[in-house]
Amino acid sequence: MSYTKLNMTNEEYSEYVKEKEKTSPIVKDCLIAFLVGGLICIIGQLIFDIFEKQYGFSFKNASTYTTISLIFIGALLTALRVYSKIGDKAGAGSIIPITGFSNSIVSSAIEHKTEGVVMGIGANMFKVAGPVLVYGVCSSMIIGFIYWLIKLF
Amino acid sequence: MKIGEQTLVFEKKPKILNTASIVGPKESEGPLSIFFDHKIEDELFGEESFEKAESKFTQAAIDALLTKAPLDKYMVDCIFAGDLLNQCIATGYAIRDSNIPLFGLYGACSTFVEALILASSFVNAGYYKRCIATASSHFGSAERQFRLPLQQGSQRTPTQQWTVTGAGAALVTHNNDRYKSPVVTHATVGKIVDMGIKDVANMGAAMAPAAFDTILTHLEDTKRKADYYDLIITGDLGKMGSEILIELLQAKGINISTNHNDCGMLIYDLVSQDMHAGGSGCACCATVFSGYVYDLLKSKKIKNVLLVATGALMSPVSLGQGESIPSIAHAVAIETEV
Amino acid sequence: MDVLMIYLRVFFTGGIICLIGQILIDKTKLTPARILVVFVVTGAILTSIGIYQHIIDFGKAGASVPISGFGYALAKGVITEVDKHGFLGIFTGGLVATAAGVAAAIFFGYFAALFSKPHIK
Repeated sequence: MSYTKLNMTNEEYSEYVKEKEKTSPIVKDCLIAFLVGGLICIIGQLIFDIFEKQYGFSFKNASTYTTISLIFIGALLTALRVYSKIGDKAGAGSIIPITGFSNSIVSSAIEHKTEGVVMGIGANMFKVAGPVLVYGVCSSMIIGFIYWLIKLF
Repeated sequence: MKIGEQTLVFEKKPKILNTASIVGPKESEGPLSIFFDHKIEDELFGEESFEKAESKFTQAAIDALLTKAPLDKYMVDCIFAGDLLNQCIATGYAIRDSNIPLFGLYGACSTFVEALILASSFVNAGYYKRCIATASSHFGSAERQFRLPLQQGSQRTPTQQWTVTGAGAALVTHNNDRYKSPVVTHATVGKIVDMGIKDVANMGAAMAPAAFDTILTHLEDTKRKADYYDLIITGDLGKMGSEILIELLQAKGINISTNHNDCGMLIYDLVSQDMHAGGSGCACCATVFSGYVYDLLKSKKIKNVLLVATGALMSPVSLGQGESIPSIAHAVAIETEV
Repeated sequence: MDVLMIYLRVFFTGGIICLIGQILIDKTKLTPARILVVFVVTGAILTSIGIYQHIIDFGKAGASVPISGFGYALAKGVITEVDKHGFLGIFTGGLVATAAGVAAAIFFGYFAALFSKPHIK
């Protein structure tokens, strides 16, 4: 612990700060997150319906095309500097949908462009989204392994 | 000479002969706009990257200072400068072509006052006649070093602060010049204070105890009352940090609620500019002092000021390793010459 | 089923998932990267114990568009592949199922970066 003239322990101080802290306006935040998140999912459903019903793709292919389309939209809006503005208001509403995954990749890539196309864009693209892939793939493998074990017996 | 625990007295009273400030677009829209010497509309300042832009801000602040003084470059003995970036690159590249000796400093957002104290000390000791103290920060470069990519759509919390884009510079000279200028009389060098706060989105709360400690020590060392100063101005505690500072001092029987202000709260209109808790960064204190506070002193609207700059000395690495935020505050007392 | 009803369900499911995320952000101060990780892993686990499939059946895109749907795709993929190829499926399953999305994100990310420059919000 550092020396200070303050007669408070770290715990007392952090309690004091917590009490003072004006927490995020949680009701408003949640409402916007709900609306924006719901809206993005509706757009996803619309795209899916168009692919499935209008173009007659199979369920699986239509889903894949939907994912690709949403990722494209997320990337485009990020490049057009719109996504960060949405995110400032919508919070989780624009982080959680797959467009947010795309946003985190594109924003990291743009950010590090100044350090070159290989070590800048190439190495930094997954700075934020990398953990998603790491944890996603690892958990899927653990699930697969357990499933394989269960099937053995 | 050192008095009390941590305070230096400058008997020779080094002068702050002149100051210069240069700011980016957001700061130009703020309430202090008219006090800044140069306002740049382009946050990249015509450069390719934010880091290069920040260097150019430092360079432009020094150039503006030399023009305003007016002073030839070779008359400057030394520059005391720093910024927020790793290895202080903004400063290093800004001074590269100047042919002036440099002390590169890192004190996070307290850098400007650290530079002022050191420049005053060297001048007071008689080693140097004219020194420049300067510091810079840039929203773009700071954000990418300390937080998330700029285009990442994430929310800013109410206690979060906005890094000021710009640079401020002050010319500290020995006291034989005929021009009347504000003089540096005392400096209190801060200690690291860490109350275990880990939330980078609430730097004000992490740094307030450091400011508290330094101000209290300063008043004890100089045997002054808080109302001795017309203005006690903190660097970048923001709204939250300022409230905490006032309350902590109140508990010790010191009332600064009437003469305290915070550079971070002055530089932006917190509500209309949607700045949450206020401004931060080296340039916050540097530009507000060089622009606004220095003007108040010059025009004799106030006769003395205690400038307390606070710095949070963490890095993304230390935070990743679960460390809390160590903070520091340096104070410098500046008076108008009678 | 009535189209409007489907869309209402999509909206509701997607909205609720994001709302949970928002509560996590406001209450625990998790960074976006951590929120995404939590949702992916949760999605995968809920799929493996058979719950997420029900959410997908009910909410359709409302459950597949959020990043937990990515976890669903990973977990479902690995189970299908293990059924088909046995042990090898553990390694191929997750990525095979999500390959298109990951490839698209890399490709679009790369080109978006080539054509734009860093900018403040």
